[in-house]
Amino acid sequence: MSVPYAKLPAWVDFGLIPLLNLTVAFLFAGLVVLMAGESPVRAAILMVEGAFGYGEGVGFTLYYATNFIFTGLAVAVAFHCGLFNIGGEGQAYVGGLGVSLACLWLDHLVPWYITFPFAILGAALFGAGWALIPAWLQAKRGSHIVITTIMFNFIASSLMVYLLVETLKPPGSMAPHTRAFAEGGQLPKLDWLLALFGLDIGGAPFNVSFLLALVAAFLVWVLIWRTRLGYEIRTTGASPKAASYAGIPQARIIIITMLISGALAGMMAINPIMGDQHRMQLDFVTGAGFVGIAVALMGRSHPAGIIPAAILFGMLYQGGAEISFEMPNISRDMIVIIQGLVILFAGALENMFRPALTVFFANLSALRSTDRALEAGE
Amino acid sequence: MEFLSTLSVLAESTIRVSVPLILAALAGLFSERSGIFDIGLEGKMLAAAFAGGAAAAVFQSALMGLAAAIAVSVFLALVHAFASITERGNQIVSGVAINFIALGATVILGQAWFEQGGRTPQLEAGSRFQTVELPFVETLSAVPVLGPIYDLLSGHFLLTYFAFLMVPFSWWVLYRTRFGLRLRAVGENPGAVDTAGISVTWLRYRAVICCGILCGFAGAYLSMAMTAGFVKGMTAGKGFIALAALIFAKWKPVNVMFACLLFGFLDALAIRMQGNPLPLIGQVPVQLMQALPYILTVILLAGFIGKAVPPKAGGVPYVKER
Repeated sequence: MSVPYAKLPAWVDFGLIPLLNLTVAFLFAGLVVLMAGESPVRAAILMVEGAFGYGEGVGFTLYYATNFIFTGLAVAVAFHCGLFNIGGEGQAYVGGLGVSLACLWLDHLVPWYITFPFAILGAALFGAGWALIPAWLQAKRGSHIVITTIMFNFIASSLMVYLLVETLKPPGSMAPHTRAFAEGGQLPKLDWLLALFGLDIGGAPFNVSFLLALVAAFLVWVLIWRTRLGYEIRTTGASPKAASYAGIPQARIIIITMLISGALAGMMAINPIMGDQHRMQLDFVTGAGFVGIAVALMGRSHPAGIIPAAILFGMLYQGGAEISFEMPNISRDMIVIIQGLVILFAGALENMFRPALTVFFANLSALRSTDRALEAGE
Repeated sequence: MEFLSTLSVLAESTIRVSVPLILAALAGLFSERSGIFDIGLEGKMLAAAFAGGAAAAVFQSALMGLAAAIAVSVFLALVHAFASITERGNQIVSGVAINFIALGATVILGQAWFEQGGRTPQLEAGSRFQTVELPFVETLSAVPVLGPIYDLLSGHFLLTYFAFLMVPFSWWVLYRTRFGLRLRAVGENPGAVDTAGISVTWLRYRAVICCGILCGFAGAYLSMAMTAGFVKGMTAGKGFIALAALIFAKWKPVNVMFACLLFGFLDALAIRMQGNPLPLIGQVPVQLMQALPYILTVILLAGFIGKAVPPKAGGVPYVKER
């Protein structure tokens, strides 16, 4: 067991193994559907139809995917530095405060394209701010970032309830949310983008922040693989000792990485707040921060993997809502199970199939070389 | 006199809400002292609460419920053990996964099996745990000082007494038995334990099973003693508060009890204070009270009030040398 894993062909490493892990996760999810007394095959068909079968479904799928791209990138950036940021949920929640403040300030004054940059800045600043304390504590005082970010999720939740109930709620209103934003605080929909493919978006809130998510994904790729800072982040993650021997200031890298991660998580808030609800409500994040963990693990912390993984989870989210019409026993909570199974099999049990596959491919290549030797001998 | 009665009500509810925290935090203690980090306490407790509520309702028996709760919790603990000990996966990732699987599965299966919006059927008196009165409560209640205290100690569930007895018992196991010594050693220096010819894997598996059993009790308390039936998401972050308490207690059994009582007291106070201003301080937002356990833990972790040092080998999979 303690033999280091032999090198596998790249297509096995980046294609077959993740696919195998994902398949096992979905097989177990199917088992849960079976235990709930429904047919897993029919559930899967309903889910895909609900997510991609018609224009509005596609719109919703991509709307949810936008959230998960942001949170997935946030988790991935931290992973590269060897940090596990479970605080995406809280950072996105607090990021919403930045978005809302920008909108409440500007929505009556200027059109959306002027509010937008301020909202992005607000989201990034507040999200990064919420990650700063756990980052500083990890870098300078050695407290475990996993624990502090979990604690900060709960603190964020209490803080936001307090702010929404006590200060942000318009006077005379009972429900804990901010006032609705005017035109200047509403992002336009991307109906034209889907119309190019002949799809009618209907009532789906698929909006401009999807493009922002794609830009963010590209920038993360540039940052991690094409800049000096990215190199320092990856070195710190791969081997902290080597990094400090090479003169990379570890504490600074940890703090900067977490600020970037928090900013990305915070920017997730733009999508639901400016793109859909046009106001900030209680619990608008609805677990997207945690889905980001599954997305990052599935996408192997690479933007090119994160985007499809986010779309897959968008599909599960939208399709899951559709299934519940036909199968009342299968609600959207199904996605929470799938999320857990994906985290388990693509994350913690990532290497379960590796030893068997290594042996298999080693035998295969040995077989081939003996064949070749035999042929040469004749 | 009113102050005294308020205090006794507060003490009662502190004990009530502290019990699952104590059981879950002691569960975490066994696992983490052996070097296996466990942030899946919440998920195990939730799954156990569901299994307990469901089995007790189906079999009309509290004991069957308890057995089911422990079985499910131990099963999830074994999944965590397989991932983090045998497969040497990331323990945090595995714990997160178990939390989500439990959160989703309890809702889906609860809805499919009982069709009451994710609840299990209301348990009748015979199929849940009952409170027990200690003898002579009536006669002693007239005695000043001692009477009210004895009254406070009486009238709890058996599981409550069990939880408080588990505190000295855990201390005894960890600090006075061979198993406990090895368990603590394997959390600090697994290499040394291995050199002594003791299996690191088997030792850690046993520690994680202990963790599963205790989480099972915590879950059973929630759905079969504190309330009569499972409600979806009923742990509501208690597993994380227990985790915070475990850190706050610096991974020591007796401290665990006091940390849990403190966090339970804050919880009880927050419920009690809703709308009532505190003397001297004035109105404190109830959200601040709810966040206080987490804030205190962060401050402690930062090393501003003492230093919380986790077991040295915690979170690191053990690789046997050849």
